[in-house]
Amino acid sequence: MPVLELREVTKVFPGVIANDKVSLVLEEREIVALLGENGAGKSTLMNIVYGLLSADQGEILVDGQPVKIRSSRQAIDLGIGMVHQHFMLVEPLTVTENIVLGREPGRLGIIDMKAARERVAEISERYGLRVDPDAKISELEVGLQQRVEILKALYQGARVLILDEPTAVLTPQEVRELFAVVRSLVDEGLSVVFITHKLEEVMAVADRIVVMRDGSVVGEVRPSETDEIGLARLMVGRDVVLRIDKEPSQCGDVVLEIRDLAVKSDQELDAVAGVSFTVCGGEIVAIAGVSGNGQTELVEALVGLRSPQSGSISLKGTDITHASARSSIEVGVSHIPEDRHRRGLVLPFNLAENLVLGDHRLKPYATRGVMHPREITAMAKKRIEDYDIRTPSEKVLASSLSGGNQQKVVVAREIGRNPELLVAAQPTRGLDVGAIEFVHRQILGERSAGKAVLLISLELEEVLSLADRVLVMYEGRIVKEFVAEEADAETLGYYMTGGGGTKLDDGADVSPTGSEVGA
Amino acid sequence: MSGSRDVVPARAWMSVVQKVGTPIMSTVLAIGVGSLIIWISGYDPVEAFAALFKGAFGGPRQIGETILRSTPLILAGLAVGYGFRAGLFNIGAEGQLMMGGLLAAWLGVELAGLTPLITIPTLLLVGALAGAAWAFVPAILKARIGAHEVITTMMFSHIARYVVSWLTAGPLKAPGQIPQTVNLSANAQIPRIQSLFSATTLEALPFFGLGRAHLGVFIAIIAAVGVWLVLRYTTLGYENRAVGLSPWAAETAGISVQWTTVKALCISGALAGLAGAVEVMGLHHRIFDQFSAGVGFTGIAVALLAKNHPIGIIAAALLFGALSAGSGTMQLEAGVSQKIILIIQALVIFFVAAEGIVNWFIRKRQKEATSGAE
Repeated sequence: MPVLELREVTKVFPGVIANDKVSLVLEEREIVALLGENGAGKSTLMNIVYGLLSADQGEILVDGQPVKIRSSRQAIDLGIGMVHQHFMLVEPLTVTENIVLGREPGRLGIIDMKAARERVAEISERYGLRVDPDAKISELEVGLQQRVEILKALYQGARVLILDEPTAVLTPQEVRELFAVVRSLVDEGLSVVFITHKLEEVMAVADRIVVMRDGSVVGEVRPSETDEIGLARLMVGRDVVLRIDKEPSQCGDVVLEIRDLAVKSDQELDAVAGVSFTVCGGEIVAIAGVSGNGQTELVEALVGLRSPQSGSISLKGTDITHASARSSIEVGVSHIPEDRHRRGLVLPFNLAENLVLGDHRLKPYATRGVMHPREITAMAKKRIEDYDIRTPSEKVLASSLSGGNQQKVVVAREIGRNPELLVAAQPTRGLDVGAIEFVHRQILGERSAGKAVLLISLELEEVLSLADRVLVMYEGRIVKEFVAEEADAETLGYYMTGGGGTKLDDGADVSPTGSEVGA
Repeated sequence: MSGSRDVVPARAWMSVVQKVGTPIMSTVLAIGVGSLIIWISGYDPVEAFAALFKGAFGGPRQIGETILRSTPLILAGLAVGYGFRAGLFNIGAEGQLMMGGLLAAWLGVELAGLTPLITIPTLLLVGALAGAAWAFVPAILKARIGAHEVITTMMFSHIARYVVSWLTAGPLKAPGQIPQTVNLSANAQIPRIQSLFSATTLEALPFFGLGRAHLGVFIAIIAAVGVWLVLRYTTLGYENRAVGLSPWAAETAGISVQWTTVKALCISGALAGLAGAVEVMGLHHRIFDQFSAGVGFTGIAVALLAKNHPIGIIAAALLFGALSAGSGTMQLEAGVSQKIILIIQALVIFFVAAEGIVNWFIRKRQKEATSGAE
């Protein structure tokens, strides 16, 4: 008997059918991956199961019994736990306090912290989820915070665990650890629903893969019966090129030259500690690294958002070390920011207003401070057309587009400006396969046009498929440089985590492979 | 692609209804609750509002009174609204308004001999500049060290109040018992609307006998249209809105958040200063202690009700002006205290704010629902 079964669940939002007669079965000790693009209805479905939304039609059965789940409290009582993409932890509280929150042991409103700690330690031990029960959440890395969320669900007695895009925020190493945890949970008798849009993950972890598209289940396969290409086709509904073949680089003149650059972080730490490299026209140079090793500060210094401590940056021979963001744009630096919601778009602006952002003072969009709506509208219409932005019109607010289309707006603006240098920081983060393919093609298009591209990415797949050269950044320094053909994910991962340097012992869980070791 | 499924036209249509609908709903609700309060207090709400309406629109003189009271509210509302559009809460518009009025009252007396064609524009300009100057220090403090404008403009408001208090009782005091300045000569006064018509015309067309209403209302309307054009069609307004909605995205696009902040607060101050100058030149013709009568603060309510839209601000100011103009008649004829008007004003703002809370919940719910993984 399945532990969880959905029968023809339908959920309609104004104007959108989020779930259209979706049926799903989860057996005991099974890992089902729910695969689909952003907006395919995966999260809606699981929010229904977890009681955050109510279905308009259909049935939910737990252990064969029909149930009505009206709140997450009820879901928890039925043994269903969910770890959301955005963690719901109280940062200033400790791990134990967070885990027992809502179900504190003790009586008369007095929490028995000793019992709580013991219980947390016991669960932690049993499932091999090691984490310091007294650490504050704010002090923990993202991977550990996620572990706390899982522990919390287990503490609440979950037998079915729903993980919503659990790997979106993790490093490759953390992803591997998570997969190990998920398998041990299943060994202990749990059943897991794993929501994702990443193909290689479902191949690695799932027992069964349920593919959703536009609110419906479009296929169900076992990993052994398919491959990534087949899954992508099922998910997107057409053929998708996962790895793009590219011409050899036609390296032109040096466009970007960075010398001994040092940049401080907001906390006054040496985030970038003496970095030198060049990017030439027609070349894509990728900076690979685990998040928080100085990439953000490097990019901010490069595009004029942060002033470097020392060193120099020059673009085609012009010194732009201390250029403002405005003059940086004007000399030909385009920037796809890593946080498109915060830095890339003004979400309450419409698409035309967003597409002109940064060029809004320049002819033909404005003369002497007066803007020309007609020119701006014409440009916006053209960009929407050229970059295949799916929208009814340029008057639509950016906030109402899907993530993929929002990123297309940013890409259209930054590339449409025809820059000398494109700085693309995590340009495909959180996007689905179709949108990733689009962004990758655009970046390669810049390369073919003889432009210089600096790509900053946490996704090794992306780095390897796009870059001509790969620079590995660790603790503010470039610790290794590869020609792309000579790099592979394992070796990159090794250097990204401090391998090859003084921290070899700490990185022991990643074994070095390939010829680059010891260099 | 999933993006095409985000159905938008319905939303765009809804947003228009929302824009006009909720302020109207808020006003209706506020009057409803106000009626309830009047009823509980033992009076007849129908009688009360009938008297109020009569006092505000019952005849040319009453309409004139409504226009008179709306005039500074339009300008003060624009001042606060323009700041809000840059994400700034200029709570000290009252102080900038006082400084505008003060400078107009002082310089107006000094320029007694000149033609009105020079004096009036000069005084308006000086009033605006005085308001901008009074906002400049808080603006610089905000841009440079991040000092919150709510605190600094408020404190500057207090300084302005006591400066006016001291000057009207001391150095600028007119002869006599009352602490006030010398009256402006006619060349520095903004003429009443009815003064444009001859006595015979007024007899034939009594509609133009608009009582104390003065031409300043046209200055206010021109200012509203001007602000609307600036926000919509200039890079200044575009950058102002971008900074107000997302300072990070604005910064990334090469817009200086600090400089935009300074400009926005100074323009806001200039509009408040203009309100003060118009009020002095059109109505009081002099200044005295607390001549501003809280217009700067009511301007906050006006801006909130109008959701910072310049044209909406004209409508919201008319509403508040009418409430204020009619309240006297209401007290006289229905026996209901004038203070009920303050309660209704507060209720209007309460419901406008409550709508924000409701919307926030709706958005949050929708976000949870539709976020596939965005």
